[in-house]
Amino acid sequence: MTTRIDARFAELKQQGRSAFVTFVMAGDPDAKTSLDILKALPKAGADVIEIGMPFTDPMADGPSIQAAGLRALKGGMTLRKTLAMVRDFRKEDNATPIVLMGYYNPIYIYGVDSFLADAKAAGVDGLIIVDLPPEEDTELCIPAMKAGLNFIRLATPTTDDKRLPAVLANTSGFVYYVSITGITGAATADSKVVAEAVARIKRHTKLPVCVGFGIRTPETARAIAENANGAVVGTAIVDVVRANLDAEGRATPKTVSAVADLVSALAQGVRGAKQAAE
Amino acid sequence: MNPNLPNSFRSGPDERGHFGIFGGRFVAETLMPLILDLEKAYADAKADPAFQAEMNVYLKDYVGRPSPLYFAERLTEHLGGAKIYLKREELNHTGSHKVNNVLGQIMVARRMGKKRIIAETGAGQHGVATATLCARFGLECVVYMGAVDVERQQPNVIRMEMLGAKVVPVQSGARTLKDAMNDALRDWVTNVHNTFYCIGTVAGPHPYPMMVRDFQSIIGHETRKQMQEAEGRLPDSLIACIGGGSNAMGLFHPFLDDPLIEIFGVEAAGHGLTQLHAASLAGGRPGVLHGNRTYLLMDADGQIEEAHSISAGLDYPGIGPEHAWLHETGRVKYLSATDEEALAAFQLLSRLEGIIPALESAHAIAKLSELAPQRPRDHLMVVNLSGRGDKDVPQVGDILKARKK
Repeated sequence: MTTRIDARFAELKQQGRSAFVTFVMAGDPDAKTSLDILKALPKAGADVIEIGMPFTDPMADGPSIQAAGLRALKGGMTLRKTLAMVRDFRKEDNATPIVLMGYYNPIYIYGVDSFLADAKAAGVDGLIIVDLPPEEDTELCIPAMKAGLNFIRLATPTTDDKRLPAVLANTSGFVYYVSITGITGAATADSKVVAEAVARIKRHTKLPVCVGFGIRTPETARAIAENANGAVVGTAIVDVVRANLDAEGRATPKTVSAVADLVSALAQGVRGAKQAAE
Repeated sequence: MNPNLPNSFRSGPDERGHFGIFGGRFVAETLMPLILDLEKAYADAKADPAFQAEMNVYLKDYVGRPSPLYFAERLTEHLGGAKIYLKREELNHTGSHKVNNVLGQIMVARRMGKKRIIAETGAGQHGVATATLCARFGLECVVYMGAVDVERQQPNVIRMEMLGAKVVPVQSGARTLKDAMNDALRDWVTNVHNTFYCIGTVAGPHPYPMMVRDFQSIIGHETRKQMQEAEGRLPDSLIACIGGGSNAMGLFHPFLDDPLIEIFGVEAAGHGLTQLHAASLAGGRPGVLHGNRTYLLMDADGQIEEAHSISAGLDYPGIGPEHAWLHETGRVKYLSATDEEALAAFQLLSRLEGIIPALESAHAIAKLSELAPQRPRDHLMVVNLSGRGDKDVPQVGDILKARKK
């Protein structure tokens, strides 16, 4: 089974560069603005898009992404509306891979089977669910694979060589390496340490390895992209959304363009990286 | 009755941490290796007689166990029914049952070589117990506490600080226990290499619900023995309040396979079950939060709702997974008491027995006041007096003063 994710990484390999993966929160600050941001991302240089599914209790996220989720929920965002947003995006873009990222409870409450069917129909390609380790694979990972969706696992600095095979066993699409022990947006990744970690993971898998948590600037993005198949930026983008809202937290005429500008700059960083590691 | 009843109610969880469909290990990958280490360290400790022997010394000489099983004569007369015994967990060092669990976890943390302890707290009882044992064993202690709870439980905040702990007021969400647990988990993910998370209740990822239950089960084991000594037989019913449910699980667990013993858990009904409350079994449904599947208060989209209770210790939108299972199997009956009922019970016990209960425990006293009169005089009823009310005196005093005006 080849998904949009597989196709995109194959294409980038041909071009000899790493992927720039962007994270945005669905419905932040409202559904329409968020869809406009989403549509602007590929043009600004995003190769893969992660869309955050807002949740009240995001235990692995720092203050920025917590606040973005709460803004979205306050604006009336739901999981159903997140899927509708992907459907709208797909009317214009059938190539950019979309990965939904979040926590299990909203999916569990939606119903695993109906969620997977609706997500697939909407044009979702993969899932990253922070609170589903391999020990809980029967919950969603196995059903997602059967439904034709990639289940992208997080590997972390605490995932040692003994544990890596279990983490990688049912992973597809790519592996998301969490570059720090910590929450999103908290610390800066050390590109040298990350390079060693990516090399370690690559000894266990042929899948592309993307690195996230702790990448905020074009310079870090470039340094990371030189040693991985992709660099993920989330908090920095979400921070720009927040910085371009009015005093009541509503979108302004600058919100979408400010995000696009940052994404362009970061994409330049990633594209400036030398050949991705193999 | 449920046709799929297990042979024993005391054999859970399975090796993956499940009680029926409840429990599990729903945590970020960063924490998973540590949780597996903890599971192993706890299993080793449990099998090591030296561990239990050392625990017993501290339980006796530092905590002050066994806690008395006290015949509440005036409360019994007043209610005019069942013969009421109070299990006096409020007499433990630090003033609640929480210390039983914290002692156990700190001993496990020491075996694992962890020097930094973090905890979440609602009413502050678990925070105080953790701060106390960290002081005793010279460990760094950081306690996460919702900013709302920091306000309403000032005496405990001061105690924790005097004991050398750092209290971090949590500003996210409703700024109560749930949010404190989120921030404790965030700290743990960040400092996983040197930090032990001392969870205060029978919730969280496996092995916590089992481990905390085991450490708290001393309450029920003592009660069995003490009731045999006092009355020559086992009690007829047990009752305890439930937030996450650790004091209740500690009392109940050793009695779960005595089918004739009625067991009641009391959730916090806040302003009433149709309004803001914290009764996740009465008003919630199964979902996944804080590492386990259990009953949770949430909306149609699976977003967690804010709980409300006058008692900071019960102000949590979930419940331990083993309680969720005992609820579904019907072995334990879960009731609820409102803020008003708890306030009345708080005053009743203070006046009749000279014991000021914690607002948490007052919820159990409230339902006891309904159940005891319906039972005969030879019915033996045990209520877990899980904590003392000193910490609540300013808050209750303010409420009562405002009403006099």
